[in-house]
Amino acid sequence: MSEPLLDVRDLRVSFRTRGGLVTAVDGISFTVGRGEVVGLVGESGSGKSVSMLTVLRLIDNPNCVIEGEVLFKGQNLLELEGEVLRKIRGQEIAMVFQDPMTALTPVYTAGWHISEQIRAHEKVSKKAAMDRAVQLLEAVGIPNAPERVNSYPHEFSGGMRQRVVIAMALSCNPSLLIADEPTTALDVTIQAQILELLRVLQKEFGSSILLITHDMGVVSQMSDRVLVMYGGRLGAAGPRREVMRDPLHPYTWGLMGAIPPTDGSRAARLNAIPGTPISPADADRDRCLFAPRCRFATDACRPQPPLIAHKPDHADACVLPYAERPALRVQAISPLGVRA
Amino acid sequence: MWRFAGKRALAALLVLFAISVMVFLIFFATPGADPAARIAGRNASQETLDQVRVSFGLDKPIYVQYFVMMRHLLIDRDLTSFVNRGAKVIPQIQAAVPVTLSLVIGAAVLWMILGVTMGVVATAKRGTAVDPIIMVLGVIGISLPVYWLGEVINLVTQSRLHDSIFAWVPPLGYVPMSDGLGRWALSLFWPWVTLAVLYSGIYARVLRSEMVASMNEDYIRMARAKGISESRVLIRHALRTSLIVIVSLFGLDFGALIGGAALLTEVVFGLQGIGKLTYDSLQNFDLPVILGCVLYAAFFVVLANFIVDLVYAWLDPRVRNV
Amino acid sequence: MSTTPNLSATATPSAEPTVLLEARDVVKHFPIRTSKGKQQLQAVDGVSLQVRKGETLGLVGESGCGKSTLGRCLVRLIDVTSGSVIYDGVDITNLSRRQLRDRRRGFQMIFQDPYASLNPRRRAAATVEEPLRTHGIGSDAEIKARALHLLEVVGFDPSYADRYPHEFSGGQRQRLGIARALALAPQLLIADEPVSALDVSIQAQVLNLLADLQEENNLTYVFIAHDLAVVHHISDRIGVMYLGELVELGDSSDVYISPRHPYTEALISAIPVIDADAEIRERIVLTGDLPNPIDKPTGCAFHPRCRYAQDLCRTEKPLLHIQNDGRQVACHFPVAAPDPPAVLPRLNDIEPPSDETH
Repeated sequence: MSEPLLDVRDLRVSFRTRGGLVTAVDGISFTVGRGEVVGLVGESGSGKSVSMLTVLRLIDNPNCVIEGEVLFKGQNLLELEGEVLRKIRGQEIAMVFQDPMTALTPVYTAGWHISEQIRAHEKVSKKAAMDRAVQLLEAVGIPNAPERVNSYPHEFSGGMRQRVVIAMALSCNPSLLIADEPTTALDVTIQAQILELLRVLQKEFGSSILLITHDMGVVSQMSDRVLVMYGGRLGAAGPRREVMRDPLHPYTWGLMGAIPPTDGSRAARLNAIPGTPISPADADRDRCLFAPRCRFATDACRPQPPLIAHKPDHADACVLPYAERPALRVQAISPLGVRA
Repeated sequence: MWRFAGKRALAALLVLFAISVMVFLIFFATPGADPAARIAGRNASQETLDQVRVSFGLDKPIYVQYFVMMRHLLIDRDLTSFVNRGAKVIPQIQAAVPVTLSLVIGAAVLWMILGVTMGVVATAKRGTAVDPIIMVLGVIGISLPVYWLGEVINLVTQSRLHDSIFAWVPPLGYVPMSDGLGRWALSLFWPWVTLAVLYSGIYARVLRSEMVASMNEDYIRMARAKGISESRVLIRHALRTSLIVIVSLFGLDFGALIGGAALLTEVVFGLQGIGKLTYDSLQNFDLPVILGCVLYAAFFVVLANFIVDLVYAWLDPRVRNV
Repeated sequence: MSTTPNLSATATPSAEPTVLLEARDVVKHFPIRTSKGKQQLQAVDGVSLQVRKGETLGLVGESGCGKSTLGRCLVRLIDVTSGSVIYDGVDITNLSRRQLRDRRRGFQMIFQDPYASLNPRRRAAATVEEPLRTHGIGSDAEIKARALHLLEVVGFDPSYADRYPHEFSGGQRQRLGIARALALAPQLLIADEPVSALDVSIQAQVLNLLADLQEENNLTYVFIAHDLAVVHHISDRIGVMYLGELVELGDSSDVYISPRHPYTEALISAIPVIDADAEIRERIVLTGDLPNPIDKPTGCAFHPRCRYAQDLCRTEKPLLHIQNDGRQVACHFPVAAPDPPAVLPRLNDIEPPSDETH
């Protein structure tokens, strides 16, 4: 593979609080290749959103400490300031956020939002920017775009609003789109529409997508590679097929077992992961962060295991012997689960 | 938008009508007092009383009385003061209005500029020393009583330093605009400052808290992610959405001040405005003047609210179709 | 009655199952003001269904389909516009407040946002004791003992009894809400999106808890959610709602495996399945948005988004019909039942352990 589009190296994000330094992202490294769709999965508190906001330097909390490197086309974004950074935001890397209801400034029309972005990066007339806005709205499937371009956010439904946001994100043809839970706030049938749209546009525009979500299903429908995050660290990383078919990390087993089967069968019980998701403020960082909830945890889980590649490209951070994983997995998802 | 404006205008007219009816009823339908005696004045002769009864139709049904009263007040404009028999009510109000309008509009321009600037700068400089300094200045402005600040200003500019740096300050009192714009502005400069100090403190604080709240909104993060400049994020997104609150606050304050709430400033600076007129008429229980002032005040409060409603709808597309 | 997932037991009952709760043509309209003047928002538009003793009836649908409103009507948190709700043989739609209060001991509701439904100034134990005290059940000591017991039942250590709601995580709050709902030993629990605000791992914990409680206490559930996979998992029967109407009702697995209403079919197809080979899966993507419940399409409410729609669908509203396989479907042209009954292979071809079969 040639030089990746985005190369995140040992990213650490922590917040100074009254109770001391709280680590939200604890040294993660990953890459996103050109034209690749990477899914980042995790529960609340996993640091998945914080790490993505860091990429575009969108955290304006003065108590935030960021370390590491975020190389985008070879340039370290964490060292950029002012105009240079502004040019990358929106033009090179665009974002789509979770809640389309709040992502647009309520007092401006759809067309205004899109042309604002275009005019921030290109010297074009208002008229030309508006024309492009209409085309973009058509491209994302908004019916009657020439009229709807003058509609205000509250006049769109949730799904349509997310389409406007996507149109805006794509307006400068970015090479990377970061989508933070883009369908979580939407209904299932609308979610399917938006995912389909993202897939089609990705093929058409050739952008890379970094998709952040809590939903394993969404990741499996969308991504080429999957990263699983827990407690600010990467638990597993690999191609989708590998991670979905032969998950290696006990947390991934848990995540997949906790979801009701979607194949029509009905299990009596789900394989819930015991305990609660990690709270970054009181995590024991000298030990595998998942250990408190892991049934296979032993003394070997201290200190934190590093992310090790077992096969080319498929890595995970767990001390369990690689050869025994399949057997352990069967153990993990079986006996408790049967009620019949 | 036009339909919205029409609806609001209609509502405003209805409110005005309702207020005039209520005020009328308070004066004419409260039991135990003879309205004729209230209008005719203290120690009026029987002759005058009879004359008033006829001319105000007080022997007629109450709704007729209302219209007769309104005619005297608004069309014939011959309602006379109770204390000062010669002085008619409407001309008194007409004389006082430009003073109050000059005072309040000038102060409003000043406090909006100051308040908005302070609020925006404080928001932009969050996390530095500038923000708390501006906010403390705001609190100081709010806590200085108008009469005290006004008197201190007068003390300094009219007497202590009048012979040196404040030689340009004219004596207390209003100079009409017809005597020259410069002289008019000079005569009102310190009253404007006095009034604006209080309100810019309030507005700066309200605007800052509104803007800080909206800076945490998703759409601000989205705007930053779009790659627009920080100042544009601040002005076009955060300030623009926060203005909605400021405008409704402004409508209330402005209406009240025009209606007479600028009394203390008027008194301290010797301005014969509506506040002063109302205050004097209340002192003397001068009912015709009170009646006129109350209706006048109601008119401006309603008008200010009407304008605010329109600006509000212009600022916030969400309320237009209600 | 057993709640085992042995589905044939519930699908072909030997005797007529006892009906615990019945809705008869329930209608709920909300008057609202729009630019066109006063209009009626038809939240629930003539729903009839029966909830059998000991079963879990799932109600599924997208936002605005009226499932939550229906849930509230079923426990009379809001009054119906017309129709009736019969609980245990008694029509509760016209009961007085006092009579209703006594009846309510039998049915309780659990909400989506447990934090909003818990008093933030009340400790966990006091929260659970509250319904017992309101109904004056038992002595002070008995109430306290029962509250502690209930907290234990939902999986809390006794040390949690003195904590306030804000000291609990989302999943723990939901369990606290469940403990409170159980205080009066109800027969019926109506759960409105009880797990949709929770992380997946916690969602599974709460679903398991609900299943255990049902088994131990012979509870009847009405489980309302937008997530069809979750509803399918927990329910014996599923009712699918669209724009205030019930469009399909039937055995959970049957509905899931072979949906008969085109909307159900699309809904199931839209679920993002964990699937290592996603490309091979053909999905039905519905076009268009959910129509506005103020201004419902004529004929079949689903016709503008339906890929099978014909002229009849635009003019005539299909009624909920019982098909020959017992499924109730409101559609002029239902999707054909598979023949023989579909048995889908696991899409997710991990080797299931031998004892994981159902």
